[in-house]
Amino acid sequence: MSREIEKAAGIPVVQIATIVPIMMTVGSNRIVPGVAIPHPVGKPELGDAEDKKARRKLLEKALEAMVTPIDKQTIFKAF
Amino acid sequence: MTFRIVHYINQFYAGIGGEEMAHVPPEKRDGKVGPGAALQAELGKEAEIVGTVICGDNYFNEHNEEAKKTLLEMIGSYKPDLLIAGPAFFAGRYGMACGDICAAVEEKLGIPVVTGMYPENPGAESFAKKVFIVKTANSARGIKDAAKSMAALALKLLKKETLGPAAAENYISRGFRRVFFHEKNGAQRGLEMLLKKMAGEPFQTEYEMPTFKKIEPCAPVKDLKHATIALITSGGIVPKGNPDKIRVSSAESYGRYDITGLNDLTPENYESIHGGYDTQWANADPDVVLPLDEMRELEKEGKIGKIYKYVYCTTGTGTAVAWAEKFGQEIGPELKAAGVDAAILTST
Repeated sequence: MSREIEKAAGIPVVQIATIVPIMMTVGSNRIVPGVAIPHPVGKPELGDAEDKKARRKLLEKALEAMVTPIDKQTIFKAF
Repeated sequence: MTFRIVHYINQFYAGIGGEEMAHVPPEKRDGKVGPGAALQAELGKEAEIVGTVICGDNYFNEHNEEAKKTLLEMIGSYKPDLLIAGPAFFAGRYGMACGDICAAVEEKLGIPVVTGMYPENPGAESFAKKVFIVKTANSARGIKDAAKSMAALALKLLKKETLGPAAAENYISRGFRRVFFHEKNGAQRGLEMLLKKMAGEPFQTEYEMPTFKKIEPCAPVKDLKHATIALITSGGIVPKGNPDKIRVSSAESYGRYDITGLNDLTPENYESIHGGYDTQWANADPDVVLPLDEMRELEKEGKIGKIYKYVYCTTGTGTAVAWAEKFGQEIGPELKAAGVDAAILTST
């Protein structure tokens, strides 16, 4: 889905998910590894403040990924 | 008895003409025409091409329903036991027509069908799962081999013989897996494959992985402070009650939801319907999958221009790649038309 959106819209699509090999396989270009499968963009088990902090960090990394020129599939690690 | 076969070809192979005659409507002729001679030679005495139906490639694709209706009547009039279409080699419109008429004949007339084309012909991608498509070369120079394989497969189907694996019968895999007893168990076969691989010898996998396409990365966003960013998820986050009844797994649809004025996802307004992970965290706070709250913060702080007014949501568990691609092909143009500059897609 991310690959086809990027292709059809001509815009960078940053995918945040936990299983990096799947994102590589399906052809996502800008990849941010997430926290866990049931909560890719948060750390709810650490409480509200830490959860939001983790989400913020991941989103900032995603924003960094979308302004970074790349020529191949690239992983941007937030943690 | 001699089996009765009808052969479908286009205007070019019927000798009517090339591109300038691609508009001709269907017609039928008794007996074999053009490449039918090569097929008949391979079929021998066991089967006879009793009639040939012809249609211009443009006519077929532009008047699809009408063309199929007429062709089905023409084909049916010969009371055939089997239909052969093509081979289409690497001709795209011809390949689509061959696949389409084969699928229609199998469905409506209930007889087996065989066509042939180059594996990269778009007709192969569209119809390989539905009908038998023999692998051919990319040009008519491969007619002899194509006719041989197509005739052999046709005769097997007519005689209701058990088919071997797709590779052995030289047709494009239809994705079926037949259960049978092998003299060696899985561990032995796996080990043999591994030893061959280590020795650099060729080996055949028993379960081919799908091949995924790769694309060139798009240019980065130039001005984040004025960019519109869309949020998308395959994590099953939907408005409470799942208004579009998106499936919990093997989704064949997605939802588009207006988030104007919405700053935080809560158990009161959104939920996770995903059937592939433990949803307790996502249901307690859907932002852990679809990060709207912190995106709103970034928007407020001016770090990004704005969040696109719609979020797109589906469930990505057991979802066929073809469906996921289709969702992307529909969502992409919408984002483009709306002037969205980038997207964040979260998956579980």
